[in-house]
Amino acid sequence: MRVVWSFLLVVLLAAIAFFGAEAGGQALFGVVFPYVAMVVFLVGIAARVLSWARSTVPFRIPTTCGQQRSLPWIKPAPLDNPSTGRGAAARVLLEVLTFRSLFRNTRSELRPGGRFTFSPDKWLWAGALAFHYSFLVVFLRHYRFFAEPVPAVVGWIEGLDGFFQVGLPVVYLTDIVLVAALGFLLWRRLEDARLRYLSLHADYFPLALLLGIAVTGVLLRYFVRPDVVRVKELAIGLVGLHPAVPQGISPLVFAHIFLVTVLLAYFPFSKLVHMAGVFLSPTRNLANDNRMRRHVNPWNPAIVGHTYAEWEHEFHDKLKASGIPLDEE
Amino acid sequence: MRDRGRIITGLAVFVAVALAPVWQAALHGAARRPDPKIVTTAKQCVEPTAAMRRDHMELLNAWRDTVVRRGQRTYVAADGKTVTMSLTGTCMKCHPNKKEFCDACHNYLAVSPYCWECHIEPKEKS
Repeated sequence: MRVVWSFLLVVLLAAIAFFGAEAGGQALFGVVFPYVAMVVFLVGIAARVLSWARSTVPFRIPTTCGQQRSLPWIKPAPLDNPSTGRGAAARVLLEVLTFRSLFRNTRSELRPGGRFTFSPDKWLWAGALAFHYSFLVVFLRHYRFFAEPVPAVVGWIEGLDGFFQVGLPVVYLTDIVLVAALGFLLWRRLEDARLRYLSLHADYFPLALLLGIAVTGVLLRYFVRPDVVRVKELAIGLVGLHPAVPQGISPLVFAHIFLVTVLLAYFPFSKLVHMAGVFLSPTRNLANDNRMRRHVNPWNPAIVGHTYAEWEHEFHDKLKASGIPLDEE
Repeated sequence: MRDRGRIITGLAVFVAVALAPVWQAALHGAARRPDPKIVTTAKQCVEPTAAMRRDHMELLNAWRDTVVRRGQRTYVAADGKTVTMSLTGTCMKCHPNKKEFCDACHNYLAVSPYCWECHIEPKEKS
């Protein structure tokens, strides 16, 4: 049911923008909402990151996935148990670029006969990798609508993405991969009863929203084909801070833009904020040097020391009277 | 705690990069609207202008396939008139100004059609 509601909500949002734009609300869906969403996105992300930055990290809590650095003849695992800042940075970078923690994903199953098995499961990793990279390429390709002149890199990405030159407009590989990967990630949640039980609106809605964006985008590029010159004028006007809505843009463009707008505004308040959070995971970005360096908890009260010499000095007379030998003498 | 400086630096870099198109627009000033120059005296293209604007790539793709794969060179337009399917012979006869016509919108939108990987580009003085 949750998945149905999420999809219904996305369809409803798209329909609101489609019919709203058709009824003359182009300025609302094309200018006002995108600006508001962009502000919400940037301020929201900044607020989240700053709140994380304010929280104290008194102690190093990295997950230790390998041998830590100890005696010289024991081989350490510098990436899985980094002991230096550089190693921790490399670990975060690999996590961001290759999703190593998903690579270690295992699947536990109760086999017939009561045998409980754990087996590696790379499908989540593969699906996530396919989704994130194709989405990145799609995102970068859209830069052609926001810049005049268009940087050469964008052209190279487009050329590589449409390498097989299938049809005209050329089919982009990432369009296919993006929709397929999102479909798989959705199917993965629905197929397994346990995963279905664990999945919430917050899991289905982003998938539905991204699928909505991808499907409207594919429709626009290959089937509806709006006047892209006018679409670019709208986008350039937005980023040039001289917003103007050219007439005659297909309402489906506004549905696409509105779904992206919703994604931007929803981003800082949802699990999608892992985009910023992955850099700030204390179990990944801290070096495991607890046994090498002293980490003092910053909110500990100052400890007033009292050494043996001071104590002996304080009770000097009584110790002397009891005949206890003194260090002082 | 003592990472706060680095976190805020990272955040500032992210916001600056996220606003990249805004900086570029500010640097390059107002973008020009492409104005494809039509030099022919003919009243209409193969199909009506609106359809040509929207579907010219599909039409050219279909023309290429019919000519190269089936050897047919006659195209019957929606209004019944017949034209020879040929890029250089038909299209470029009315639009010999590739730089001012084709490239106007294509460059604006970073579209690079691969027509000229097989066809010879018309010689123009730039």
